[in-house]
Amino acid sequence: MKTAVIVYPGSNCDRDMITALRDVTGVEPLRIWHRETELPDGLDLIAIPGGFSYGDYLRSGAMAARSPVMRAVGEAAERGVAVLGVCNGFQILTEAGLLPGALMRNAGIRFVGRDVAVKVENAGSAFTARYQAGEEIVIPVAHHDGNYQADAETLDRLEGEGRIAFRYSGECNGSARDIAGIVGEGGNVLGMMPHPERAIEPAHGRTDGRRLFEGLVEALG
Amino acid sequence: MKINVHVTLKTGVLDPQGKAIHHALEGLGFAGVNDVRQGKLIELDVDEGVGDEEVEAMCRKLLANIVIENYRIERP
Repeated sequence: MKTAVIVYPGSNCDRDMITALRDVTGVEPLRIWHRETELPDGLDLIAIPGGFSYGDYLRSGAMAARSPVMRAVGEAAERGVAVLGVCNGFQILTEAGLLPGALMRNAGIRFVGRDVAVKVENAGSAFTARYQAGEEIVIPVAHHDGNYQADAETLDRLEGEGRIAFRYSGECNGSARDIAGIVGEGGNVLGMMPHPERAIEPAHGRTDGRRLFEGLVEALG
Repeated sequence: MKINVHVTLKTGVLDPQGKAIHHALEGLGFAGVNDVRQGKLIELDVDEGVGDEEVEAMCRKLLANIVIENYRIERP
């Protein structure tokens, strides 16, 4: 499986993502600097990592979403290439219009950094294939702007189309309908605030995130 | 030419920062403040030839996130 991790100035979870992908796929992921205008051929998965791209200037993810590489990422997503955005990556995908809604300041104002219980709502996507629908997993969150908001019509559509991949089991950041992760219309783009790449091996204390990557390997080869 | 772009949260969108400012004002003893909403002021210095439509496009494409924010263009 050929994977790539996009790196922006201010990304800080890119190396965690690279380690997770290398560990689970057995192949070294490519690192793509955000100034690139083209992506290598034959990519199966593009990962947009967490961090504080451009220091969260203007809005979290706003500047990164307009960086040169994002046009190529958008075109790849259109062709059906899997795109995984975690934390700042989720913010970037919403800012780029690849996922609906917006991630706002946490309702409680404070940065939230802890393990959270997350319910797998839909196990039908390539990202969630190794989980059971309704299963509760525990993975860490670490964010200041994770409060997912969209208009009621959009939220109803996400619910109706089974596009809510993960939901917080308890209050986390004020997100509408406790949304922790959603998939795009084509089902090949996932944005989520919790960090699956930080729960890969026993040394992390938790391994619930590993199955997300294993599911991708299974689905994408 | 100076142009001010005011970016504000849409009505109904929760503004935790505005709420915190409101609480801080109350803590300082300022009474009679009913609500606080925090926005942004972006000051542009543009060439004379830059028209309204182009500034509108700047707002929609980058300066405001129209999912959650409104913008108002002011030529002072």
